Amino acid sequence: MSITTILQHSLTGISLGGAYGLIAIGYTLVYGILRLINFAHGDIFMMAGYFMIFSLASFPWPIAIVVTLLITVLMGIAIERVAYKPLRSSPRMSIMISAIGVSYLLQNLATYLFTAIPRGYPEIPLLKRIFRVGELSASLVTLLTPVLTIVLVALLMILVNKTKTGMAMRAASKDFETAKLMGININRVITVTFAIGSLLAGIGSILYFTDRMSVTPFSGTLPGLKCFVAAVFGGIGNIPGAVIGGFFIGIVETLLVALGYSTFSDAFTFVLLIVMLLVKPTGLFGEKTMEKV
Amino acid sequence: MKRIAVFLVIALLACQFVFAGGSTESKSGEKEIIIGVFEPQTGENGGGGYQEVLGMRYANKVYPTVQINGETYKVRLIEADNKSDKTEAVTAAQSLISSGASVILGSYGSGVSIAAGDIFLDNEVPAIGASCTNPQVTFGNDYYFRVCFLDPFQGTVMANFAWQDGAKKAAVITQLGDDYSSGLGNFFKRAFVDLGGNVVSEQQFQTNTTDFKSILTNIKATNPDVIFAPSSIATAPLIIKQARELGITAKIMAGDTWENSSIIENAGSSAEGVVLSTFFDDADPATDEAAKFIKGFKPYLVENNQPDIIPAVSALGYDSYLVALKAIEAANSTKGPAIRDALVDVAVEGVTGKIVFDQNGDADKDLAFIKVIENGQFKFLKTVSVL
Repeated sequence: MSITTILQHSLTGISLGGAYGLIAIGYTLVYGILRLINFAHGDIFMMAGYFMIFSLASFPWPIAIVVTLLITVLMGIAIERVAYKPLRSSPRMSIMISAIGVSYLLQNLATYLFTAIPRGYPEIPLLKRIFRVGELSASLVTLLTPVLTIVLVALLMILVNKTKTGMAMRAASKDFETAKLMGININRVITVTFAIGSLLAGIGSILYFTDRMSVTPFSGTLPGLKCFVAAVFGGIGNIPGAVIGGFFIGIVETLLVALGYSTFSDAFTFVLLIVMLLVKPTGLFGEKTMEKV
Repeated sequence: MKRIAVFLVIALLACQFVFAGGSTESKSGEKEIIIGVFEPQTGENGGGGYQEVLGMRYANKVYPTVQINGETYKVRLIEADNKSDKTEAVTAAQSLISSGASVILGSYGSGVSIAAGDIFLDNEVPAIGASCTNPQVTFGNDYYFRVCFLDPFQGTVMANFAWQDGAKKAAVITQLGDDYSSGLGNFFKRAFVDLGGNVVSEQQFQTNTTDFKSILTNIKATNPDVIFAPSSIATAPLIIKQARELGITAKIMAGDTWENSSIIENAGSSAEGVVLSTFFDDADPATDEAAKFIKGFKPYLVENNQPDIIPAVSALGYDSYLVALKAIEAANSTKGPAIRDALVDVAVEGVTGKIVFDQNGDADKDLAFIKVIENGQFKFLKTVSVL
């Protein structure tokens, strides 16, 4: 394998990893605060793909992106209000089952509305501009994805660590009940969490689909599951951990295909999940928490 | 309240049984014969399957009746969606059998046809494939026929074309677990090597893959003259676009599935220069039936919100219906075994040429049309016949 081939593969892997990282944050944030694995997250990502197809058909691309992200955020908040909020005091398992229900609902709704035939993802000419350095060739979106991921994570870390909202989020994730007693508006915190998670899923969706160009109602399932694994790998509840997990899975997956083991690339991700849960259930950077009785 | 609901459900179920039984006599006393349409209308091959169904529906509109024993029978099409899935295919096939179909048409996609083949054989209902090109569909199955050419032929045609075009090194991309893709890829490889060419890279991908960059990067490193990538309509634009994005300039070629305008729509200018083989060319009607078909089918496509470019699979769908009708007439019966025996000797002037079956049940065809994508359209390049 020549050096350009290796570089080309690394570029693909890092770019895929960046998109995974953005989605993984959504899982980690929600888990950190609600102790809920939001199984519908991958489908929010898929729906964002469809929103972009339709909004780009009627607006120029900068407005279309804003519209898409806005609708995605609203959908994320609405799902929380309708499907999770009424169950907040019920056993944790009920919310999780509700999340699985929402996931199937979104998939089938998309099949009903848009049919299962793949839709071509529209092209944003700027993002698709192709750069060539010697034998190396990549579109702008491939280069932009990892950069944007790191910038967004840095912003998110500032939000969580330096602002009042962030402080409220941290408090809620430490102890839900006590945070409530201290006068934190818990509903607002949760809404903000879902808004941020959906926003990042929306951005991830634009980057991911611009590079891959077709959306089906099931496009969100596999990336969703992989990003969940990424979040567990990095230590669920830990934001930089989720991003590093995303990069790791994206790069290893690309590497396996590059070496000719495309049959095992998906299997690897899930073997990783099992090994991680057996060896280090708290993930790479997860904190060891005491079980509250 | 609950009791009423239960009663209603039972009543509905009973109704279904009563109506399902009546396969030859409709309410108005008119005689009726059922032809089952076994095609994918959703899933990976949903788009192509739908185009094939349109050809059959149109044929049914043009020839709505058939003569059996001097009596006029109305032909009713019953459609079952096999969802491009081998497990669903079995269910769909069984539902067609139980609805009393005398003949089955389909399917788009060889994998689902192979999966359902035994059901048709066991129930002695003849099936006529329209565009399933894998040899295994009809091989060893006395009740499966088909109106299109086969993959060994198609693979050889494409290998010959590549060789004559000056290609020495080829790369092959196939889909894991897909009988059409891996079969055709293998036949191409064999023929190309026999001609003296060199297959420098063989890559495989999983169903629903959307990221082909890694395998394309591997291919780029081997610097082939052509890439042969038989695959579904859904994957085609992804492969084409990502290859061009990576700076691969090799000629991209594929089989009959790629003759679909949605590929040009989705791949845009990257699709220019893509070469494929197909069954039919509307600029050059082979028979009178073809001329008639081209004239009538274009408005029918527009009626159904499709672009007015005739897909080859629609022409084959139409032909499979004609063959079925001719066989029913020759058999003078609605019974499966009789129709099967008639199919062996049937000869039809179809849209895609003259159709007679060999002892395997395959149409005796030795002509393929090579087309190239130019200025956003499929342009006829030449016909190739082998043997």
